[in-house]
Amino acid sequence: MKNIADNSRRNFLKNTFAAGGGLILGFSWMGSETFAAEIVQNPALDELAFNAFLSISPKGSVTIFSPNPEIGQGIKTAFAVIVAEELDVDWKDVIVKQANLDTKKYERQLTGGSGAIKHSWERLRKAGATAKQLLTEAAARKWGVSASTCKAQKGFIISSTGQKLSFGELAEAAAKLPVPADVKLKKTSEFSLIGKTIKSVDNKDVLLGKPVFGLDYKTEGMLYAQIQRPPGFGQKLKSFDATEAKKLPGIVDVVSFGNKVAIVGKSTWQVMKARGVVKMEWTNEKELESDEMHNKIFTDLMNSDKAEVRRKDGDVEAAFKNAHKVVQAEYQCPFLPHNPMEPMNFFADVKGDKARLVGPTQVPQSAQGAVAKLLNIPVDNITVELTKMGGGFGRRLNNDYALEAAELSSIIKAPVKVMWTREDDMGGGIYRPAVRYRFKAALDKDGNMTGFMLRGIGMNAGNATRQDNFPVGAVENVLVDSLDYKSDITTGPWRAPITNFLAYAEQAFMDEVAFAAGKDPVQFRLDLLAKVKQSPVGKITYEPDRFEKVIKAVTEKSGWSKPKKGFSQGFSVYFSHNSYVAQIAEMELKKGKPVLKKVYAVTDCGIVINQSGARNQIYGAIVDGLGHAMYGNLTFKDGKPQETNYNAYRLIKYNEVPEIDASFVDNGIDPTGLGEPALPPTGGALANAIFKATGKRLYKQPFSLEGEEVEQML
Amino acid sequence: MPNYKLKINGKSSSVEVAEDTPLLWVLRDSLDLCGTKYGCGIAQCGACTVHLNGTPTRSCVLPVSAVGTSEVTTIEGLSKDGSHPVQKAWDEIDVPQCGYCQAGQMMVAAALLKQKANPTDDDIEQAMSGNICRCGTYHRIHDAVKLAAKKAK
Ligand code: FES
Ligand code: FES
Repeated sequence: MKNIADNSRRNFLKNTFAAGGGLILGFSWMGSETFAAEIVQNPALDELAFNAFLSISPKGSVTIFSPNPEIGQGIKTAFAVIVAEELDVDWKDVIVKQANLDTKKYERQLTGGSGAIKHSWERLRKAGATAKQLLTEAAARKWGVSASTCKAQKGFIISSTGQKLSFGELAEAAAKLPVPADVKLKKTSEFSLIGKTIKSVDNKDVLLGKPVFGLDYKTEGMLYAQIQRPPGFGQKLKSFDATEAKKLPGIVDVVSFGNKVAIVGKSTWQVMKARGVVKMEWTNEKELESDEMHNKIFTDLMNSDKAEVRRKDGDVEAAFKNAHKVVQAEYQCPFLPHNPMEPMNFFADVKGDKARLVGPTQVPQSAQGAVAKLLNIPVDNITVELTKMGGGFGRRLNNDYALEAAELSSIIKAPVKVMWTREDDMGGGIYRPAVRYRFKAALDKDGNMTGFMLRGIGMNAGNATRQDNFPVGAVENVLVDSLDYKSDITTGPWRAPITNFLAYAEQAFMDEVAFAAGKDPVQFRLDLLAKVKQSPVGKITYEPDRFEKVIKAVTEKSGWSKPKKGFSQGFSVYFSHNSYVAQIAEMELKKGKPVLKKVYAVTDCGIVINQSGARNQIYGAIVDGLGHAMYGNLTFKDGKPQETNYNAYRLIKYNEVPEIDASFVDNGIDPTGLGEPALPPTGGALANAIFKATGKRLYKQPFSLEGEEVEQML
Repeated sequence: MPNYKLKINGKSSSVEVAEDTPLLWVLRDSLDLCGTKYGCGIAQCGACTVHLNGTPTRSCVLPVSAVGTSEVTTIEGLSKDGSHPVQKAWDEIDVPQCGYCQAGQMMVAAALLKQKANPTDDDIEQAMSGNICRCGTYHRIHDAVKLAAKKAK
């Protein structure tokens, strides 16, 4: 590769032709903050780490590669919109492709924590702007004019006298030019694509039923496999007998590895049937876990003196001793499966010291690393191709299923697709940890909060608290601590990790405290935020102004201060994953029974990149939040999850969703992610609305366990 | 293994599979029609919905031996180019998130519109409440069914 621009390695930029004669622009950065655009001939051969790139064909189409895994959060479309905005290409000429794992080109090629947009915003803009500047310069040279007199518009460079050349016509000449060290980005007021309503770039594939998901992937000679894992957590495989199973048509092999039995065959159904006749015996060395056991553990830990202190401000003991009133409440929730509609699956073809992996994962790089370690083969010999994913919700942050496929392929020495059934997915997977919280608030005689305590206990949850969350920062005396129980049940991040339940508990508690203080729940929070603005207590991680804005906007939208007859509203507001979301849930009396009618949501996620994608995320997150708060329940007996398919485990359906009024604060701040932040506040808004309507406080999820009246509120 | 002659998307295909093989796996594994999805395998989610003589049917619990001479339509047969009013409406409203459940949703919606050109909100609710969308796209599904009804006219 030829370096044209003479620059330091850190900042250098290089040009040459793409294989097809077009321009390929990527960009890399060596330091964590410094990065620059560059043009590369063959990115696969390049030694630098890239994090995104685009190519322009002489025919004029622009291909934008989206490195981050798409799980339905709309990242593929959003990334391309950002690049296209700065490039000033006509959106209809843009082709968006999912890039496969390439650790040399991309950084942070993962989906999790709603962090992709925040991470890539400036990088993507620079990619687009740099290409545009090169194309402009190429045109200016052709015309013998100064580049500053030319402008880009919808895929063309236009001169002041009206001459016009397309990006395609200019791509080759542009690629020979030195890349500018610095490029000018648009002002937000100049955006013409960002902030518009743009349809998902994947719609066509989905609507035509194209085989784009992991489970759809097939290749010559591929075998199908299912794996029987221990039915109960804590169990070990003692023995198995596959004599009968192996006699069945289409069965190629039955093998055991890592405490599991894999049934391999020529089709899914043949494997399913054979699986039913493999005889397996399981044993356990210690007591298998159950809900009763967990209850007891939770109670013990709630009273333990071994908690880890997460945050301490002032003197809580004194605050509670001198309190005029103390409010205390405990909240609990069960384990939850993620339940993406497409169950876990992965394809692996391991040949000698090489492996080819294809499938749905939120973290392809860690799949590559883990397979390298497991099979003891070099990382560079492993390719990971990303498929479209039928949801993730955090489940595909864990590559257990990809590793299984790789291990199995290495044992049977054949290309194989491992598929989990729904029962496998719900019964033997990774769960949102069960957690419990105890909150205490001390109030003075004027109803001011003078002390705040939170204890969080989790089952494999790590730190079940978020110790810097509001109202921390607004209260003089604070103690937040946590305990964790090492359970046999495997857990992992679940959409909006920890906050998916903690937010409900915090927001329901705040409502209860406001009530005890004799204050309006919204005003109560605003007063606390005013205090933070005046003199924050200790470190704060949120911006009180942005909090205030979403609160005020949602109360105005929903008519909070003027309640309508027959309606009752519950309020909740939350900051998580860098975004602020305020919600008001509104119940209406129908035939004398309160039913959830509407949810108002105002979100501050900075600049909204795509109105359509953003709204879809808000609707989806609220529906998700309502459904799981109301119905989600996974119980354990003898180490076994008791609900393993949709006949026993209830997911929210079409007829159970309220109207949603979603809007965004327009503030021109750099964008943050939206895959998660609208979920956490939902359970609290619902619980607080139910309290308003019925006078009943809910302390336990799922709410439907409270009885028929509550169960029928959606 | 018995041989079955099936009429799928206007074409006849023959497959050799065990008689209890659910139509879903015949479509996906034997015929490379992977648009029809597996979600639960027990008729609870609707991801596997196809039309059997125009009636929405859950292919995960329909043994191939029970298909007989019925005409099967899958998402691939709804239209070649996405021109079915339901597909057009789904695109215009931008319904999909992950997209996995949407073939099933569209097959149910298409069958509903065939039966009722002007479905009421209640009709739509009744038809669509059996299909799970884990991503929670229900609001847009509602809007898209309405729009598809308009387009079909
Ligand atoms: S897969 Fe057939 S209804 Fe779920
Ligand atoms: S769009 Fe993801 S399950 Fe419906």
